[in-house]
Amino acid sequence: MDTVYEALAGIVGEEYVSNRPEELYIYSFDLGTTEPHRPQYVVSPRTTEDIQKIVKLANKENVPVVPLGGGLSLAGLAVPFQGGIVLDLKRMDSIIEVDEQARYAVVECGVSQGQLTSYLERCYPRLTHSEPGAPPTATIAGNIAIHGQGDLAQPYGFNSDMLNGLEVVLPTGEVCRFGSCSIGASWFTQHPLPDVGLFLGWLGTTGIITKVALRLFPRKKIRGVGLFVVEDEELVPEIMHKLTHLQMAEDIVAFSQAIPPLTSGLQNFTVNIAADSEKELEFKQELIWDDTLGEYIRRGDGGFLGFVQGLQRPQVSTTSDWRKGGGFEYVGSIMPVAKYPECYRRGRKISENHGIPYTVLGRCIGAAHAMMFSWTYAFNRADADSIQHAREALHETDGLVLELGGTIWKPGLYGQKLLKERLDPNTLELMGKIKQLLDPNGIMNPGNWEVG
Amino acid sequence: MALADFEYGDMIHRCFRCGYCKFPVNWEDVNNCPAYGRYRLETYSCGGRLWLTRAWLNGEIDWSEHLSDILYSCTACKNCEVKCPLRFSGDILNMIVAAKSEMVEKGKIPVAAKRFLENIQKQGNPYGTSRMKRGEWMNGTGIDPYQGQEFLYYVGCVGSYDTRAQEASRALGKVLQKAGVSFGVLGNEENCDGNEVKGLGEKTLFEMLAGGNIAHFKELGVHKIVTLSPHSYNAMKNDYPKYNGNFDVGHYTQLLQNLISQRKLNISRSLNVKITFHDPCFLGRWNNGYEAPRAILRTIPGVKLMEMEKNRESALCCGGGGGNFYIDLLGGSKSTPARRRVREAKETGADVLAVACPQCLTMLQDAVKVEELEDQLVVKDISEMVAEACEME
Repeated sequence: MDTVYEALAGIVGEEYVSNRPEELYIYSFDLGTTEPHRPQYVVSPRTTEDIQKIVKLANKENVPVVPLGGGLSLAGLAVPFQGGIVLDLKRMDSIIEVDEQARYAVVECGVSQGQLTSYLERCYPRLTHSEPGAPPTATIAGNIAIHGQGDLAQPYGFNSDMLNGLEVVLPTGEVCRFGSCSIGASWFTQHPLPDVGLFLGWLGTTGIITKVALRLFPRKKIRGVGLFVVEDEELVPEIMHKLTHLQMAEDIVAFSQAIPPLTSGLQNFTVNIAADSEKELEFKQELIWDDTLGEYIRRGDGGFLGFVQGLQRPQVSTTSDWRKGGGFEYVGSIMPVAKYPECYRRGRKISENHGIPYTVLGRCIGAAHAMMFSWTYAFNRADADSIQHAREALHETDGLVLELGGTIWKPGLYGQKLLKERLDPNTLELMGKIKQLLDPNGIMNPGNWEVG
Repeated sequence: MALADFEYGDMIHRCFRCGYCKFPVNWEDVNNCPAYGRYRLETYSCGGRLWLTRAWLNGEIDWSEHLSDILYSCTACKNCEVKCPLRFSGDILNMIVAAKSEMVEKGKIPVAAKRFLENIQKQGNPYGTSRMKRGEWMNGTGIDPYQGQEFLYYVGCVGSYDTRAQEASRALGKVLQKAGVSFGVLGNEENCDGNEVKGLGEKTLFEMLAGGNIAHFKELGVHKIVTLSPHSYNAMKNDYPKYNGNFDVGHYTQLLQNLISQRKLNISRSLNVKITFHDPCFLGRWNNGYEAPRAILRTIPGVKLMEMEKNRESALCCGGGGGNFYIDLLGGSKSTPARRRVREAKETGADVLAVACPQCLTMLQDAVKVEELEDQLVVKDISEMVAEACEME
């Protein structure tokens, strides 16, 4: 008899635990190029209490625990490298509270980005959240945990900057709350109490986030996207700088891609603008297109391609089908905006060296304080050579990020290795002490951030 | 069969598993795939099925009863195809059916699916009830056998044998009589339309059924067919033409809408009810038939039509498709699609959950009982509501 299986079934019910080959196969994979590793168990808990019991069991039995949200990091962050229990958290999908006045939502860890978007549109049409470019199955908690960004990054920064509080099950099973909720108040602020950095960017190695309080923002009646294009990549940083000085945009993204070939080599901007009236929209458009970008148009360096009302929901997964291959992975970085031209040129070269159509994108974070720059590599899931090329391109790009003075966003194992080699020794030692303190048996997502 | 020999071997790896297939149009939840909503494990999602099929054909995993249950839990509701943003989306269900066909070839399908197919072969219906009882539903109705009338009224297996669905079959017959429609039925001579047989992956049996029906219809001189079931409608409209079976096929809601607009039905009685309508997958997503049922309901005096949040392309399947009204791989839980659907209907405040499909009728009726909503929510077929409104009870 498998005592761990029996115990897990006793916690979540037999329907929500599996040690059958089919579930173990599916949950062994990331959607990117990371090699699969099979877990011993797949469990889908419903409550924080379920997770507490599972974690205590895992400590007792010395079994690894790997938390899984939407499974869309593409960097192998929820691959059970050392087996164990994969915790599929998507059944914890309640939107617990929305405070319209204080503009925040409290959600369980399995709530998807799409679910919150839809709920706000229906019930709180004057509020919105910063929706990442990932498919809408990505979870709020997963995105926060990896320092994700979304379509309000320009005015408000990283999504993890939008936290009001967390509930976390520690690796030893205790439940902790952070932010104003920890003193029994509402979830309206994270500060000035000690913050929640212990669980952000740690890739699920220091605890399992079970609830998130997320700041919401005013949703204007009119939202739309303006398109602008320049040929010279050297112009991108100054354009981003000027646009952020205006503080009129919700999101500023520059991108370039090999497909379609006709526009290959051009630097495209999407500038999201929101307004409550046509008058406000016209004012913002005039400031952006005429007063700020007009000089590029008049000089013949840039072109305004139009403004489309309504935000197109991201369908990033279409990238996977460019070569009818079913796969893509990207390296994300947090990078000074000034590095855009070099990021573009060097990334394009890496792509071309590996025979992969290039796709690069830079999303402005804050007032051009940084950008999330990504290099995407499509591959054919049915072709081992194609996967290997993508994997090599990704590794080269990890190196490029550090060479250019950036840092790798949600690094996979290879990127983590590069980062650890460069991390300040005292910082690394402190990380090891924190990890040892929180997770004495080393059960949480082993393989990732091995700093002990 | 090796992956290279699989009909979709050059396509099945293209699913990225991004998960759009789980959503309704508005992204309200990730449970609009009935099987995923029931089990909440990635294996039961559309992408999970495709990846598992590829792994099975590649020899990465062995066949198992669990694997066949996962594949056969697909209700063919088409939510995945409608929501998938990738270019191969129109072949998703073809890939799943092809995988089922491979299991049929090897005789490795769920026991209940095997029984379903055997019963069809023996008796022309999934229940295994005698062919000679197929026409009993029409006893006392005065409905004529088909003898060259304008319409063949094709009832289908569920409408012929299921006691609750038989009420809808009779109601539609009465309405057509009242409207003066020239129609007849096949009674014991009717055979299964094959829609579910095809979905279960038994292509040969489907071809036999379709071929037999087409030959029979032609022999009788049938030109126009009106079906009770959207499943029959789908097979006859979309598949039979591939076998030279070109008939003028319509679902009954389309015919009733026309009869009402031509004032051939006197809908005079006020029903004074709040109604919500459940879109059947094979009428809605499969055949874009969203408006006729609603148009009919709107013409009934005293009806207040209240939409569920998930309607039209976003409608949650009742869980009965893909033969699951019989093989029942999604039952036994509060998360059963039919139970979720009746709770969604109840949330609208409606008194009546209207359907236009005998399978939905039986699935949702049973769910209302299990959810103990019998004194709050009544499930009725639109044919029954029209009969009531025409004072034909």
